Amino acid sequence: MSAEQVTTRRESAVSRSVSALDNFGYRLQRLPLHLVIIIICAIWIVPTLGMVINSFRSIGDMNLAGWWTTLFPPHGFTFASYQQVLAIEEVPVSILYSILITIPATVIQLTIATMGAYAFAWMRFPGRNLFFIVIVGLMVVPIQMTLIPVLQIFKALHVNGTILSVWLAHSGYGLPFEVFLLRNYLGGLPREIFESAEVDGAGHSVRFLRIAVPMTIPAIASLTIFVFLGIWNDLLVALAFLGVSAYRPFTVVITGLVTSQGGGWQYLTAAAVLQMALPLAVFIFLQRYFVRGITSGSVKG
Amino acid sequence: MDQIITAVVAVVGVPLVLLGYIIGGERVMERLPDRLQGWARPYFWALPAVGFATIFMVYPMARTVVISLRNSADTEWASGPWGVFANYHYFFTFPDTLTALRNSVAWLVFYTFFAVFLGLVIAILVDRVRYESLAKIAIFLPVPISAVAASIIWKFMFDYQTPGTPQTGTLNAVLGIFGRDPTPWLIDEPFVNNAALIFVGIWTAVGFCMVIISASLKAISSEVLEAARIDGANEFQIVRLVVTPLLWPTITVVGTTMLINALKTFDIVYVMTNGAYNTDVIATRMFSQMQSAHYGRAAAVGVVLFVAIVPLLIVNIRRFQQQEEQR
Repeated sequence: MSAEQVTTRRESAVSRSVSALDNFGYRLQRLPLHLVIIIICAIWIVPTLGMVINSFRSIGDMNLAGWWTTLFPPHGFTFASYQQVLAIEEVPVSILYSILITIPATVIQLTIATMGAYAFAWMRFPGRNLFFIVIVGLMVVPIQMTLIPVLQIFKALHVNGTILSVWLAHSGYGLPFEVFLLRNYLGGLPREIFESAEVDGAGHSVRFLRIAVPMTIPAIASLTIFVFLGIWNDLLVALAFLGVSAYRPFTVVITGLVTSQGGGWQYLTAAAVLQMALPLAVFIFLQRYFVRGITSGSVKG
Repeated sequence: MDQIITAVVAVVGVPLVLLGYIIGGERVMERLPDRLQGWARPYFWALPAVGFATIFMVYPMARTVVISLRNSADTEWASGPWGVFANYHYFFTFPDTLTALRNSVAWLVFYTFFAVFLGLVIAILVDRVRYESLAKIAIFLPVPISAVAASIIWKFMFDYQTPGTPQTGTLNAVLGIFGRDPTPWLIDEPFVNNAALIFVGIWTAVGFCMVIISASLKAISSEVLEAARIDGANEFQIVRLVVTPLLWPTITVVGTTMLINALKTFDIVYVMTNGAYNTDVIATRMFSQMQSAHYGRAAAVGVVLFVAIVPLLIVNIRRFQQQEEQR
């Protein structure tokens, strides 16, 4: 070790102790900032945490004292609420129906949307801009504006109250947003790739299936997660078209139990935990895709 | 079992059918004369998406306007105090819908303002600490949760027991610590219960606003902030005079989204109170009219909701057109 190196070390040690003093004052100054952030985070976490804890308590305990008492012994954790909720005949069935509604509806609308988005991105035709402006407008139209006529259509086709009807309805309502998003993404792909494929004699079907779709996979992946959870969490469409049907999904069944139970609704915590387990798992494990899906809609990336 | 088979068939079948449509259609197209080909092909490609949008949105919208001018069973034109506009007369004079209208205005103002404001403040605050991503996860957590689950979560927060008995609801227990009487949060009308519901809405929305505002906050170059600091601006001045103006375009985008959400609010109110104690909003009002088969009135409520959204729709289209010009 040379002498020079030793002196620089000493100097840096001195400056470090000075900056440590500075640091202390700086940290003290920032204490309110940390406090505010921690309080806000607590307000945002505690409600969910409290309910999850409650779902592992007996109804007797829930009626006697709040969830926080369980944090100290005797804890008295139990799966009674889960057993009780799953013992209700319609609950396990409704979870199955939720899956049977969500997966096909997601697949149907994304397939159709990708094809439509390709046409809007890479084909020129009279009325293209007008059609697309209508689609941009449709993105914000409230579903309430369409419920009654769509219900009439379903009744006329004798599909009212079937799972098929909600597949179609979800697809119709979801398409404008998906076409919009995918068209922006597809339109951003390099023009040269499509032009050289055209020169090589590739038709639109080849360009779509071999170039456009593979290159759009990242966008489709984010969108799939977003659409899937949107339908899994949906209440309004399911209530409107399956509200009195045998195929009621999980959200509708939970809501029915909440409003009909009166005093004994506490065990529904278990149902709520089961319902939100999937979205939370998706959020935690696929965070990047999830956040991208949610943000890409409002800010052009 | 049958349903499972149908679902599997749909998942595999629909993409296959579309694949067949594309390949088969292109085969047919290639046989056509060139000029006809060039004209027909785009419409052939856009047809499935445009068709769906037309059947499930464009046509129903027009039909809803017609239904709103019809009687409840949709058998003949409405008649009443305002002639064919009888259902609108009902909307603007009936006390229950006026309450719903008032509540929707409250949602519009308070939900939008606080969701965006808190989203902005939190984005700026967590930008200054090392555990930023952890704090963001905490705030974002309610976003993926369904309104149904969120409503059950908050039913426990708002739980109310008669004074003197142990409070099992978190908020009333906190009030108890400060020696205050418990509040029946969801019953005490009109201010407390509507404010409580709006707060639940804000709780689910702040994470969304924060994530988007935070993304454009990161895009502000540090040189701009450095320059402001060298010029002697303190942190509050920097946030107020430099950061917020630079974020303004994003804030308006997020704000429009929140305004639309506020007008569409349905789930939280439907699950938590179902409109009891004067907490109805326009969307729940529309739904209850539809459930009791008052189709004319329900359609009129839907039309009013749509008209309220039209200005935001125009804003969205304008913004889209501006983006297109920059492409």
